[in-house]
Amino acid sequence: MTEEAKNVDIVVGPANHLGYSSFQLGGFEFSRDEYFVHIKWPKGKHVMEIDRFLRAMVRDIGWGFFYGWIFFDDVFGTHNHYGTVDIFAGAYDEGCKAAGIDYLETFTSDSVSKGFETISKNWINEGYDPLNAPMETGSPMGEKTRESDKPLLRNFIAAKRMLGLKGDVAVRSDETGHPINRAFADVPVDNPDIEVEPGFEGQLHAINLFDHIARSDVTWNPSISSATRNSLCCVTSEEHMLPVIHGNDRNEWFFQLSDEIHWKVQDKNTGRPRGIIVMKAGDVCAMPADIRHQGFSPKRSMLMVMENASPDLPELYASGKLAPYPIEF
Amino acid sequence: MAVQTRFGSLGSYEKGSIELNDDLKHYAFSNMFEVASKSKPFERVAVAKNIEYVAEVTKVDGASPWYVAPHDEFAIVMDGEIEFNFVKLDPSAAPAGGQGAKQLAGAPNGQKMGKVRGRRGHQVLLPAGAAYQFVSKSPSVAVIQTLLGPVTVERWSDICTL
Ligand SMILES: [Fe+2]
Repeated sequence: MTEEAKNVDIVVGPANHLGYSSFQLGGFEFSRDEYFVHIKWPKGKHVMEIDRFLRAMVRDIGWGFFYGWIFFDDVFGTHNHYGTVDIFAGAYDEGCKAAGIDYLETFTSDSVSKGFETISKNWINEGYDPLNAPMETGSPMGEKTRESDKPLLRNFIAAKRMLGLKGDVAVRSDETGHPINRAFADVPVDNPDIEVEPGFEGQLHAINLFDHIARSDVTWNPSISSATRNSLCCVTSEEHMLPVIHGNDRNEWFFQLSDEIHWKVQDKNTGRPRGIIVMKAGDVCAMPADIRHQGFSPKRSMLMVMENASPDLPELYASGKLAPYPIEF
Repeated sequence: MAVQTRFGSLGSYEKGSIELNDDLKHYAFSNMFEVASKSKPFERVAVAKNIEYVAEVTKVDGASPWYVAPHDEFAIVMDGEIEFNFVKLDPSAAPAGGQGAKQLAGAPNGQKMGKVRGRRGHQVLLPAGAAYQFVSKSPSVAVIQTLLGPVTVERWSDICTL
């Protein structure tokens, strides 16, 4: 964050024998084969499954790098400074640091967004959508066929005040092209009853939020559903595993609305394991600012996340003026 | 195989587990139905807190007092059926500043805006400056996205798994 952020264009190399281009962004090089992505940086190399890499990358772009750290796996990821972004390899992994192969480079957010979009477009084939649950999409493996023309970021939609209000983001329905997902076939679709007195039309509002979540065709994709001042509630449907490990720069809260998710918790800076939290319907739990967490949802489930979007928080936590956990008791 | 989506309720919920090599207070792990089942009707118990922002769980059983907040609040019905009544406060009675919901001394004077009846999964806007009341025929549960205010109850040691 202290060094000058690089404002660079990604360099596109020639296509390999499978049809995929390789790329260079600053000191990082990216290439792929049928199964894996290979990442190189001045002091080291890393290999990752292509599915994991693409699932993480499209979410990272869609979230605008989200809050804090997005680990694609224990080694590679991004750290958001809201305007600039670090891409790192091994910088938060004890083993890599001990071996002296950790590396970090800071870019403008725009350089990384454009770079990651260029890679994703070139490497995502028709029939595979990294935002869908694995059981609901094709395979990312094998040689290049035809590039998918689905808009990559179609589902990252943020309500300004509340879903469904006039002029705000619409609630999902059959009409918007969002049928109920197979895993939520038993969720009631009834709507709340609203009786408005004359003169107050448009001032009262209510929606079936669970129906909205049940109609999401993507997973691990929290989108703002209601906002009061800087407090944002984001709802999402979760199935299989969160394809990133999230290290936040502030406290966030999870509300398990249905079914269950198992959260693996690690120390944020070293990756050392801290344990497991199993959240069942009705459970509420904080994710403090000094951990990284990754969710595993055996059946598609409904999750609500409460975030504090105040822009001064990362600095307050980083400087120690705020404790990394939410409540003193 | 028929799918079964599991929701919790006052009558049937199962709390998960937290097994960490860390101070469990930092995670403030609770369950909305457990909190509601141990609360008096209409107590608004904080289950999440981000500095000045909170989420409160309330058990609605009968007709609640009237409340108003200077900012939007949002209630999600987690169990049962809740009727939300709304009255437009005249601007002199509406709170100008501050944060969180405050309880009114009695039923408010003002024009009726209308009502909303919500069941499990329904999210209801409690608009800034409008007085509102919760009513239910049988014990129901709602979670409210709001700010810490005069009616917020904090009893973390009682509700959290430690
Ligand atoms: Fe997170």
